[in-house]
Amino acid sequence: MTRIAIFGATSAIAEQTARHLTTPDSEFLLVGRSAAKLDAIAADLRVRGAKSVRSIAHDFASSDGIEPLLAPLETPDYALIAFGSLPEQARSQTDIAYAESQLALNFTVPAMLAQQLARRMAARRTGMLAVITSVAGDRGRGSNYFYGAAKGGLSRFLQGLRHHYFSNNVAVLDIRPGFVDTPMTASFPKGPLWAKPEIVGAAIAKAMRDGKNGVLYTPIFWAAIMGIIRLVPAHIFHKTSL
Amino acid sequence: MVTSWGRVRHAAQQIEYGSDLPEGEKTLLSYGLGRSYGDSCLNDGGIALITGDRFIAFDREAGTITCEGGTMLRSILQLCRTANPDGSHWFLPVTPGTQHITVGGAIANDVHGKNHAQRGTFGQHVQSFMLQRSDGTFLCSPSENVALWQATIGGLGLTGRITQATLQLMRVPGLMIESETIPMQSLAEFFALADASSAWEYSVGWVDCLAKGEAVGRGLFSRGRHVAGACPAPRKPLAMPFELPFTPLNRWTLGLFNACYRRRIRRARTNRQPYWKFLYPLDAIAGWNRFYGPRGFYQYQCVIPPGRAKETIRAQLETIAQAGEGSFLIVLKNFGDQPSPGMLSFPMPGTTLAVDFPNRGERTTALIAALDALTLAAGGRVYPAKDAVMSPQHFEAYYPNWRDFSRWIDPRFSSSFWRRVTATDEPSP
Repeated sequence: MTRIAIFGATSAIAEQTARHLTTPDSEFLLVGRSAAKLDAIAADLRVRGAKSVRSIAHDFASSDGIEPLLAPLETPDYALIAFGSLPEQARSQTDIAYAESQLALNFTVPAMLAQQLARRMAARRTGMLAVITSVAGDRGRGSNYFYGAAKGGLSRFLQGLRHHYFSNNVAVLDIRPGFVDTPMTASFPKGPLWAKPEIVGAAIAKAMRDGKNGVLYTPIFWAAIMGIIRLVPAHIFHKTSL
Repeated sequence: MVTSWGRVRHAAQQIEYGSDLPEGEKTLLSYGLGRSYGDSCLNDGGIALITGDRFIAFDREAGTITCEGGTMLRSILQLCRTANPDGSHWFLPVTPGTQHITVGGAIANDVHGKNHAQRGTFGQHVQSFMLQRSDGTFLCSPSENVALWQATIGGLGLTGRITQATLQLMRVPGLMIESETIPMQSLAEFFALADASSAWEYSVGWVDCLAKGEAVGRGLFSRGRHVAGACPAPRKPLAMPFELPFTPLNRWTLGLFNACYRRRIRRARTNRQPYWKFLYPLDAIAGWNRFYGPRGFYQYQCVIPPGRAKETIRAQLETIAQAGEGSFLIVLKNFGDQPSPGMLSFPMPGTTLAVDFPNRGERTTALIAALDALTLAAGGRVYPAKDAVMSPQHFEAYYPNWRDFSRWIDPRFSSSFWRRVTATDEPSP
């Protein structure tokens, strides 16, 4: 039996990851905003062979907080934190309340959830905690620094968490997808760098099963791209519109 | 810009993931995996609707599966890998030469496989589907909303969006295929072998596109049936990660390829292979269409009725050999006489020929026109899912009931193909 908890289970990447984590002994807990979508995903995972699937409707942007979610939670063997949003950069620069709520949804809430999950996993001395951040967090860019800052902050938080719980046998996986062709990015023009969520989901599931304790760029070529982008000197970087 | 599998037709279209039909003036068309070859899956200037790919239910006793319209055939086959308690397996009763198509696309093109003579078309195994239209959502089956049922099977996506469908799978002894490969020296041998293969689930002929005169029809005949036995998991496909700067296919390389392919098998032989190797050899190379270079390729597939098949297919093979064009394979198959419920379905009794041509501009379209003239004269028809060039006049001749069909088109839906083949702006004589 493998207990798998997915927070933000209706995201395209999370759903694909869940499919690739499905085995006859997997017991899923799906948490997401839309009960109808969760039901559809649960039915799908059952057909694909999952042992059991439970779902809880929860809005991570609401003021309820994550405590009600954590209280009855059985500590999972695998946890995936996949919720988040893509804030509008221009609005974030003028609308303070909006910007704060977006920073919370993309940093504070996932960080607090990761902390509590890691603590529980540490008590069992086993666990795989995977969190979806983004390549956008690797360097602040003028076109999306609210998103980049939240995701970059989350990556740094996970780095610390990994260090802290290393001796407790808790693996902390920081997943940094590149451009993924999902409903969240439907309005973007697509090019050769774009990946399908099934490819990304398969890579995440494999890294989780392998117990990878570190950073996963997916598709892998993003490791090289971001390596270069981090190295570009500021005086050149400032002349680009990235 | 998106393109289709042949990479000769392109469309600028807006992509919509939502489950409701978008409002507005732009026309709609479901887009699955873009594996149609021409423009039947494209809607230039319109909206491409993306449909979910979730399973809804699988009754393993009855072998019925319900899934969303965007579900890939490959996903269904993955479920089929689990054996039934008696050791048998469920399997797709009809599958084309790739598993990378959606259920919605399989219905909209009423696809066929190497077992048409035994099982008919995909649409014949669909128990029901939900059709989302601008005037509501309808459950369609052989007993409910029958006209929409008939119009949607083979209806090229024009009657609405297939949101979900229930399929009846077929029970097979196993996932391995026992196959026989038999060299053919002439076209007559193809017809003789096809007639003598009714005890086999699958049969198909491969023909050397450069053979002339007496040798026309030279090639290999292959037939197979399901047998029990452990089936290895599909191999990870090799990828064709970039397009070649030009196509390496020409008269000389083709001659070499065909000679080698033929020489490999001089005598009839039997073999046991996994279903994915037998049914989907091209799926082993992801993106094989890039092999044809930046200009892409056309596929021509027609069916010729039985009375005229021998002479017409011979004439077509000679025309192709004369032109020195063609691809690795010309595929010949016999269709059976099981009628499909689809109003606009392509298959009909007779023999079907399918061939790829690298796009060399007018030279290629002229060759296709010559093949078309032969198809038309023989009372045959061309497969819209493969087509990028047929004229409105030819479409009308191939599908005389299209006006009848068009009453069931959802006014919000359209496609690049449909606008092309129903264009009426030609000056009247």
